[in-house]
Amino acid sequence: MDITFDHVSYTYQAGTPFSGLGLKDISTTIKGGAYTAIIGHTGSGKSTLLQHLNALIKPTSGTVTIGDFTITSETSNKNLRPLRQKVGMVFQFAENQLFEQTVAQDIAFGPKNFGVPEKDALALAAKMMPLVGLPEALLERSPFDLSGGQMRRVAIAGVLAMQPEVLVLDEPTAGLDPAGRQEMMQMFNRLHQESGLTIVLVTHQMDDVADYADNVLVMQNGELVRQGTPAEVFADPDWLRQHSLGLPKTAVMAEKLAAKGFQFDPLPLTAGALADQLLPQIGGDARE
Amino acid sequence: MNKLLLGRYLPGDSWVHRLDPRTKLMASFYYIAIIFLANNWQSYLLMFAVTMAMLAASKIKLGFFLRGVRPMIWLILFTVVLQIFFTKGGPTYWSFGWLAITQFGLVNGAFIFMRFVLIIFVSTLLTLTTQPLSLADAVESLLRPLRKLHVPVTELALVLQIALRFVPTLMDQTTKIMNAQRARGVDFGSGNLFQQMKAVVPLLIPLFVDSFTIAEDLATAMDARGYQGGDNRTKYRVLNYHRADVFAGLAMVVLTAALVLLRA
Repeated sequence: MDITFDHVSYTYQAGTPFSGLGLKDISTTIKGGAYTAIIGHTGSGKSTLLQHLNALIKPTSGTVTIGDFTITSETSNKNLRPLRQKVGMVFQFAENQLFEQTVAQDIAFGPKNFGVPEKDALALAAKMMPLVGLPEALLERSPFDLSGGQMRRVAIAGVLAMQPEVLVLDEPTAGLDPAGRQEMMQMFNRLHQESGLTIVLVTHQMDDVADYADNVLVMQNGELVRQGTPAEVFADPDWLRQHSLGLPKTAVMAEKLAAKGFQFDPLPLTAGALADQLLPQIGGDARE
Repeated sequence: MNKLLLGRYLPGDSWVHRLDPRTKLMASFYYIAIIFLANNWQSYLLMFAVTMAMLAASKIKLGFFLRGVRPMIWLILFTVVLQIFFTKGGPTYWSFGWLAITQFGLVNGAFIFMRFVLIIFVSTLLTLTTQPLSLADAVESLLRPLRKLHVPVTELALVLQIALRFVPTLMDQTTKIMNAQRARGVDFGSGNLFQQMKAVVPLLIPLFVDSFTIAEDLATAMDARGYQGGDNRTKYRVLNYHRADVFAGLAMVVLTAALVLLRA
C-alpha cells in the first residue's frame, strides 16, 4: 500500500487570523513495505505530515493517496474508519491514550472499534503481549499500575492489535531507557522484516535512521528539503549541521578517524560498515 | 477546539490594549449594566455608536467580534422570536390564535437583539485585548478589600491564575488524545446520543489522569522553589492606573449621563 503526497499544503486554522503554515507543497511517495524515516528539527512539520497519513487532518490543498483512499480538503469525515484500521499510529508519549480498566481491555479497544468480536479482540490482546515484551500476567492489571515504559508498550500493543498494514511511529522511544529503546526499535524492525509491515518513523535518533531506514525524508519549515537513502542524506554532513541535524554516532566517529588520516568511502553509517572499512586499514598501519 | 474564541487574547498595542486590566474589567461590567438603561432607539443608537468606537479603538477587525456572536446566535434568535410573539401592545400586524405580531413586539425584539450583540461585542473586546493572566491580576487587586473579611484573596487569585494558565495546555492535550483515539477507531460526534457519550470516556479518563499528573508536578515545582502563599508576596506584574484609565472612567460617567437624558 503506497502513500503518495501530491502537492500537499496544510494551513493551521485556515481562515482565521491565528492561521499558520504547517506544510508547503509536499510531493513524495512512501512505498508500501518500506521503512521510511522522517527527520527535521522541532516544529519542522513532521508531526503535521504524519497526521495526513490517516486523515486525522486533511490537506488544505493537494491530494494524499493512501492505498485506495484519496484524501483532499473536500473528503468527508465519514467512512474513514477502514483507513484508520490500515494505518496504525503510535503517537508521542502514547501511554497518555490508555483509559481502560485492564491492560487486555485497552489493547482490545482498537480491534473492537474496527468490528472484531470481543472474544477475538481479547485473544489478540494476549497475543500482542510477548510481541511488545510484556509478561501475559499483566493482562488483568490496570494500565495505571504499570511503569511508564510498560504503559508505552501497552499503548503500542493496542495499535499493533489493530493489525495495520502501515505503522506510523512518532518518536516511539522518547523518554525510554537505552535498553528499552533498543529493544523496541528491534521489535519494530522484526515486524518490518517478518510481516512486511510498512513503517514510517519520526525520530531525532540518527542512529536509528542509519540502522533501520531504507528511505529518509528531511523536513524544514514545513517543506520537504531532501529525500533519499540514509547514505545519500548523510553524505553531506555540513548541510545536515546547517539544518541542526546530526550524523549517526558511527559516522561522527568515522569523521574523527578520517581527520587522523584514515580513509572512508562511502562514510560508514553503522557499526558494521565502520568495522568493515577500518579492518584493512588497521592491518596496513600495523605493518608500517 | 481551536474555533473557541472565548478567552483568546489577540496581542496588539492599541489604546484599549494598554488600559489597566482593572479599568477594562470594571468598565466592561459597568458598560454591560448600563446597556440595560437604554430603552428607545436614540439611547440604543448612542450605545451602538460608542461600542463601535471602542471596537475601532482596539484596531481589531470586526470579523473577530462577529465570530464571537456566532455560537450564541440560536439563543439570541430564540429570545428575539419569543419577544416578538409574546409582547402585546400597539397595532397588530398578524395574529394566529394566541400568537400575534405587534408593533411593540417587533420593537422589543429589535432592542433585545441589539442588547445581546452589544454585550457580546463588549465582552469579546475585553477578552481579546486583555491577557487572561492580567485579568486574574485585576480580579485579585479588585478583591483585595475582602481580605479584611478573612477571604483568602491571594489564594483564590492563584487558583484562578493556574486554571487560566492551563487552559491552553489542556486544550492541546485534548487534541492529542482525541487524535490518538480517533486513530484507534473512535468517531467523536457521530452516532446517537448514547454512542457519543460512550465515545467521550476514552477522552475524559486520560485527560483526568493527565490533569492530576500536571497538578502534582506543579505543586512539587512550587515547593521546590520555596513558594509560600500569603498576603505579603510582592508582585512581578505591578498594576498602575494611568491618564487613559482616568479618561476611560470619566467617559463612562459622561455616557451614563447621556443615556439618562436620552432614555424615554
